Amino acid sequence: MDDSITLKGIKQGLLVTMKPEGRWPDLTARLVAQIDAQSAFFRGARVALAVGPREVRRHELANLLKLLSARDVSVLAVLSEDAATIGSARKLGLKTSLTELELEPPDSSFEALAELPPPIDPEEHGTGGVLIKRTLRNGRVVRSDGHVVVLGDVNAGAVIVARGDVIVWGRLRGTVHAGAGGDESAVVCALNLAPTQLRIASYITISPDDSRRKARPEMALVRNGRIEAEAWEP
Amino acid sequence: MTARVITITSGKGGVGKTTATANIAVALASLGKKVVCVDADIGLRNLDVVMGLENRIVYDLVDVVEGRCKLRQAMVKDKRVADLYLLPAAQTRDKTAISPQDMVSLTGQLRADFEFILIDSPAGIEWGFRNALAPADEVIVVTNPEVSAVRDADRIIGLIEADPRRLPTSLLLNRIKPEMIRRGDMLSVNDVLEILSTRLLGVVPEDEHILISSNRGTPLALDSERTPAGDAFLNVARRLMGEKVPLIQLERKDGWFSRLTRIFGSSK
Repeated sequence: MDDSITLKGIKQGLLVTMKPEGRWPDLTARLVAQIDAQSAFFRGARVALAVGPREVRRHELANLLKLLSARDVSVLAVLSEDAATIGSARKLGLKTSLTELELEPPDSSFEALAELPPPIDPEEHGTGGVLIKRTLRNGRVVRSDGHVVVLGDVNAGAVIVARGDVIVWGRLRGTVHAGAGGDESAVVCALNLAPTQLRIASYITISPDDSRRKARPEMALVRNGRIEAEAWEP
Repeated sequence: MTARVITITSGKGGVGKTTATANIAVALASLGKKVVCVDADIGLRNLDVVMGLENRIVYDLVDVVEGRCKLRQAMVKDKRVADLYLLPAAQTRDKTAISPQDMVSLTGQLRADFEFILIDSPAGIEWGFRNALAPADEVIVVTNPEVSAVRDADRIIGLIEADPRRLPTSLLLNRIKPEMIRRGDMLSVNDVLEILSTRLLGVVPEDEHILISSNRGTPLALDSERTPAGDAFLNVARRLMGEKVPLIQLERKDGWFSRLTRIFGSSK
């Protein structure tokens, strides 16, 4: 599709910008075709037409309004730098600037609420989990619908099962299953990643048998259809 | 006098709980403490054999609990040292013959007359272990430098930590072979401590004198001859009494013990 017509969401609805080049009938036909192609999206839409410096006569504009209203699209305003076009719009009872639209009282208080600008520093909601502030010894089991964070070691024989991620600030030697609900984007991080067995979603792996390996913080994740470990760095 | 009740346990069998109980008890008694050992391993009693008191048993712990005799009647006095007694386990019953509450009330009766009550726990984490743990003020976990024994010790320490009483727990590392550690064929003291992160009460070297003394029923501290393991148990007893005995300052300047010193040099 060419770029003679561009759409942009604005507070009041949609801003339809029509390029000043090209013939008006072609342009309006293209707009109507686009609306027909996405009729569900445009149904009930309220649009502002920005036509630039183009001169649009009153009957031309009225024709377009008719075509649009037949498709359940109402026109709020016509924005133009051309005096004749502004005149045409005024005669048809349309607004000619967005600031005029702004002055309109909101239709309902609910909409006003929805239209409040987002806060500058939106609160981070994050995701839930459990914190274990000691070493998990052999035989201990931790299950969580969220993430699991352990401040301490996870010894061989201990088991962690989490739907989310698993972070161990210590040595991980036990069995751990992250993304237990099937989330393949889950990760397992540890200061020393040496689990008996590590699972992420439906993938499963064991630690490489290399005791000379220097302990370093590592993160395990699913990549290329298998579990890989990489350096865990901030 | 109010006794400290110390339970000696391990999870895994065969790591030397009973030997440690007998030797620590004799060492404490030889240092002038009033000591009683309680064998909580009902059905598989051994402590009497290792202590050499088997042939003097008349009544046992289950007889006391079931009211067939008085507590004093069941206690066997060791004639070789002052103030050392054994409360033997029953051999013909099993762990369910007594309850944790029985153990608490039993030790409650003994507390006033002794300084140390040592309870020899059975292996495992079931009923017998619960019985042995119930009356404890402190716990000594015995382990060997073997992966499986360390695993079980970790399990046991986890169970003790989960107990709301927050019992002080220390580790006795038994049957260390310095030569094997030096070759890298055995877990070192630091390896074990790194996994278990528990206070170390003592390190006992592998010593064939232990086997001989256990078979004879003469704990090493009763022997006039000095042995590496006997010295180690004596040091453990001293530490239990509150003395500061360094782990590495274990006698012999040359020979295997100086090598031990080098290996343990970096330990806490």
